[in-house]
Parts: sequence; structure tokens; C-alpha cells
Amino acid sequence: MARIDLVDLAHTYLAQATSAADYAVKPMTRAWRHGGAYALLGPSGCGKTTLLNIISGLIVPSRGRVQFDGRDVTALPTERRNIAQVFQFPVIYDTLSVYENLAFPLRNRGTDRRTIDARVREIAQLLDLSGALDHRARGLTADVKQKVSLGRGLVRSDVAAILFDEPLTVIDPHLKLQLRAMLKQLHRQLDLTMIYVTHDQTEALTFADEVVVMYEGEVVQAGTPEELFERPAHTFVGWFIGSPGMNLLPCRIDGTAAVVGGHRIGLGRRYAALPADRRIELGVRPEYTILAGLNGGLPVRVRRVDDLGRVRIAKVELAGHPVAAIVPDGLAIDGEEVAIALDSNRLHVYADGHLVAPAEA
Amino acid sequence: MTLVLDHVSRAMAGVTLVDDVSLTLPRRSLNVLLGPTLAGKTSLLRLMAGLDAPTSGRLRFDGTDVTGVPVRKRSVAMVYQQFINYPNLSVFENIASPLRVGRISRAEIERRVREVATLLKLTPYLDRSPLHLSGGQQQRTALARALVKGADLVLLDEPLANLDYKLREELREELPKIFEASGAIFVYATTEPTEALLLGGNTATMWEGRVTQFGPTAHVYRRPPDLRTAALFSDPPLNVLPVDKRGGNLVLATGGIVAAPEALLGLPDGPYTIGFRAHHLFLSKPSTAAIAITGSVALTEITGSESYIHADLGVARLVALVRGVHEIEPGTTTEFFIDPRSLFAFEPSGRVVVTPDPASAG
Repeated sequence: MARIDLVDLAHTYLAQATSAADYAVKPMTRAWRHGGAYALLGPSGCGKTTLLNIISGLIVPSRGRVQFDGRDVTALPTERRNIAQVFQFPVIYDTLSVYENLAFPLRNRGTDRRTIDARVREIAQLLDLSGALDHRARGLTADVKQKVSLGRGLVRSDVAAILFDEPLTVIDPHLKLQLRAMLKQLHRQLDLTMIYVTHDQTEALTFADEVVVMYEGEVVQAGTPEELFERPAHTFVGWFIGSPGMNLLPCRIDGTAAVVGGHRIGLGRRYAALPADRRIELGVRPEYTILAGLNGGLPVRVRRVDDLGRVRIAKVELAGHPVAAIVPDGLAIDGEEVAIALDSNRLHVYADGHLVAPAEA
Repeated sequence: MTLVLDHVSRAMAGVTLVDDVSLTLPRRSLNVLLGPTLAGKTSLLRLMAGLDAPTSGRLRFDGTDVTGVPVRKRSVAMVYQQFINYPNLSVFENIASPLRVGRISRAEIERRVREVATLLKLTPYLDRSPLHLSGGQQQRTALARALVKGADLVLLDEPLANLDYKLREELREELPKIFEASGAIFVYATTEPTEALLLGGNTATMWEGRVTQFGPTAHVYRRPPDLRTAALFSDPPLNVLPVDKRGGNLVLATGGIVAAPEALLGLPDGPYTIGFRAHHLFLSKPSTAAIAITGSVALTEITGSESYIHADLGVARLVALVRGVHEIEPGTTTEFFIDPRSLFAFEPSGRVVVTPDPASAG
């Protein structure tokens, strides 16, 4: 079992923190339920790896507690936390066989030979490594090495949580999908808490039931992939998730409409008046911003069109602001002057970066 | 200024690294080398740079044979995956360093560094140490150093692989403009199909040391000559299904018989492999002529706006990338649909015999 609680936790790498900016992880209280599949997503420097290292015991936080199933483990070293870790680069012994690599953590603990053999074969089966047990690790490809690395963590019977730190970075794209699928299946088969650190949104969204988005040492939103996509709580989430990210247009709110450079855009909902000194933005995802013929909606100027194979994305300008829009199949773009249509059910209003709730439904 | 590779090969210790590659790369062109790890991309870049000499074949630069000419006598710049900067020098001095070795006036160095810094949006950081820059800024510094020389040939070996997702998105946007402004020949190696499509230009797909196709990127994506090229230019992986064509029908390796789509009717009877990309496998009928196949859902992955659905069909595993959020319990038997207009068909040799209708192929 491993429910993990972070209680009033914060961390700074400085001897003394004097301002909020000095914290790599700003004060937070957060629970990770037993058996959950979590992703910690954010750009480099956002504090995600620091947080993971606090959970694994590589770092003792400068403030607060870490609890495993209610037990305070804040000061316990990694090896006494019943966790497995997988890093960006595989951690294996190149000169040993796959079998010996998997057996190693158990031999170290003086486990008897028969138990070791049974356990190694079980883990190999789980990770689709049964055929490779006799192979020497040195000759293996990066994806297989990473599986062995994971297997070494899982082979102990008391593992309650697996922590992943960018585990697919060195894997080729076509193998990434296979490994991703394997990790997800593993999560279904094993009753384990998994926390997966990445800067790659696809990895985070496809792996996790709950994605925890971090920015400058803080959790800015935690939710299902759908929630993060459909209702970003912060403009950072809107921009970071999605490729290209959410379009953000400086605007003024006038009851049920947003006014962008003289264009009134119906919001379908009424908003209370927002203080003039706040930065107000209208957010809409490119997926809900569709390029149309000249008479289709808001007039825009096309800057370029990227053909990404399965979709074409137009970079346009609306009243001087850059906007990314989907080009529907079969639409021919004739000249620079076109229009975009926004899905009025998918528009969000942000004040100083934070999502504003409408005054009424 | 044109770089010509004429039947170039390189072998080392009996292993063929580059296998009979012929390419013509004109001035002001962006050329992507796309292929998995160990396909020969880095080996080919090293030959182009003059870091290695070919075992056979010739390299010509503007008609001049440069086959045996070492790298320091060529006009070449290279950027690696692991960006390298001098930590003890400022960003300005890092960029200026290739110019310090020649007899270039101080004013000229200043002018060229500032010009390339503007292009790469590094002007505000010129006085800083690279250690105080983000990963993206550090890689831009390395890129600026490669550009400042005004080399005729700029080689980039997976230059964005170590960067954050969003930084990569930003740099990919900028790179084609930077390339355009510089006028050199650019060669850019990557393992990622999406990156090749975003960069545009021309793409050479590589597999086991060979170039399997070379042409405009979107063209190579849509009209691969063989199964290998189609597969390595697909992410998620290309779905493939062995079939046996018998008269007007296709006998699927996964069981079941379907009417052969019109595009396949003209082919002689026999075994083929049909291929289609993940976004061409649907959960609901895309057209009346759609081919229905039944599979068991192995796994669903949700990205927030789209879902990857992995289907198990016994002898084949397929992936559908569909719009919207579809949470399907593993083990559920589900019907999938293939739009016949989006089908590739390959002979047993791997050669393509049917290519999707360009009007419907995305």
C-alpha cells in the first residue's frame, strides 16, 4: 500500500529563503492516492524533479512532512521507502545478463535462490523480457534496457510505488508508443501508485489519470487530461498543454461579449464587470478556432500555413494578435484575407492568468 | 553552391554505416534526414562534414571534388544534440569564437555577432554566461556560433532532442525562417516524423544506411515508395494488416473476408500488406464504403482532445487516433473502420502498389 501525503511541504536549495522566488517547491499540501497513475508535468526548472526527489527520499525537504500511509518518512532514506525508481537513462549492469540484472536487488538482500528464480521469471513475463533473460545487457537497445531498469525496481515484492523521471527521453518515437502502452498496462495489472515526471505533454496525458501541472514551484492545476484540455485553470496550462497551445487574446469584457480590437465575440454567458487594472484575456484552443472562407466570421490575415500531415494549421493575425487555427480538409486558401470561426462553447476568460467563472450559466 | 553526394558509402570493421547514398542539395535548402537511431543519419552527416572519408563514392561541392578534404578545410558548421558552449565565456564571446581564429577586424566581428544574435533573439543575453541561460537559449547560442561563420554547409544532429517540448515547438517555428535568412545548405537529422513535417523543406528517409526516398517533405509523407519509408514516416506507427486478394475480395490475416476496395481491384491476386495511418482508423463509419474489422480493445490513452485506442486483432495490433475522449474498457470487442480511400497497399517485396487518393489523404 502507498498513499503518499505531502503535508505543508516546501523546499529551497538556499540556506535561507527570504522570498517566494527562493523556493524550488513552494508550500503545498497534496495527497497521492494508493493505486493512482499520476503525471507531474511542467517545463524545466518548474520544480517537478525536486518534488519527485523529495518523495523518493533523495532530498529532505526544508519544510513539512512526507507520509507513506500516514507514517512519517521525511527523514527515511530511499532504500527504506518501498519504492522503485526509473530514470532518464537506464541503470543496469552492462556486463551482466538480463536475468542477473533482475536478480541483483534480491541477491543483495539474501533472498533464497528459488524465490529469486520465480520472481525474476514473473517480472520478465510481465515486461515481455522472458526471451531476453540470457542476453547480456550491453548489446540491448535503449528501450529494452529501460525495461530491465524498471524490472530491477519491481522485482522486490514490497514495492508500493514507482517513480519515473523522464523515462522515455532516450527512446525513439515508434518505440515510445509501445513502452507507454506497456506502462499503462502494468498500472492496470499491479496495484501500485505511479508518479511520472515529464515535460512531454503527450506522455503525461496518455499515462496519467490525474496530471499535476507545475509552474515556478507551484501546482497550477491538477486534473484529468480532459479537464486540462477543456478548462485550463491558468493561461500557463492553456499554453503548455496542446500543440500549438491555447490562443490568448487581450480583450475587454462587456457583459456577454469579449471585445478584441473592435471585434465583438459572443461568449454565450454573462460575466461580471472585471476591474480595469487586471490583464484580461480571451482563451480559445486552436482546435476550436476554425479557418473559414472570407465571410465565415472574424476577419483575419494569414501569415503561414503548416502542413503537419494529418492536419493543417494556419498562423493568422486577428487585430494584430497571433492566432493558430485549424484549416478544415478541402479548404483552399486564396489570398491573405480570410476569417476564423470560434466555438462559443469553448471560450474562456482569464484575469491575470486565472480562469474567471461566468456570473451566470 | 551545391553539395552532391555521388554513390557514397562508408563501412567500418565490416559494418556498412552508409550504403550507396546519392543526393543533390542545392543552396538555401533545408534537408531533413529522418530515421530511427542507427539508421545512419550521424554517419552521413560526418561524411558531409569531412569528419570521416567515404569508403567509396565522391562528394562534390560546386563541382569541386572534396572527397578527401578534411573538415577544417571545408566551410562547414555542426550543431549537436548535446549543446556545447564555453561556460567561462559570455554569450557574445561564445558566438564570436569561430571568428577569432581568422583575420577579421574587431568591428566586423561585432557586426556579425550582433546580426546573428538578433536573428536568434539573443541580443538581451550577450553579456551573460551561458550557464545562466535556459536550455533553449543555450541551444540558440550554439546555433548562433554555427551560423556566424557564414559556413556554406550547416549540419544539425538532433539539435532539439534535449530540449523541453514547448521550447522545441518555439525553435522549430523559428528555424525555417533562420535557414531562409542564412542562405546556406542545411541538413537536419531527426528521429521524429512530426519534426520533419513541421520543418518542411526536403526529407531523406533513412534505413540501415540507405536513403529510401528524397523529396519535398509533404510529398515523401504522402507518397512513400515502400512499406519501410511509410512506416518510418508515421507516428503513431503505421497500421499494417496482411491480406490475401482473391478476385473481388480481401481475405484478412486476422480472419474475415471483405470486398476489395476499388483501388485494389486492378491488382493481380495474391498476398499484400495494407497500411493506413492511425488517424485513418475510425470508431464510426467514415463513409459507406468503409471496411469494418473487429478487434479487442487492449488499451485507451486520452490526450484531452483525442484518444489513442490500441486494438488487438490476434495477428495484428492496430492503433486508432480518434477525436474526442473515448474511454473504452480493455477487453471490449469493438468494430473499427478503415476508409478505403486512405489505404496504402504493398507487395510482399515492400514496394507500394496503391497510394491513398490525395484528396482524402491527410
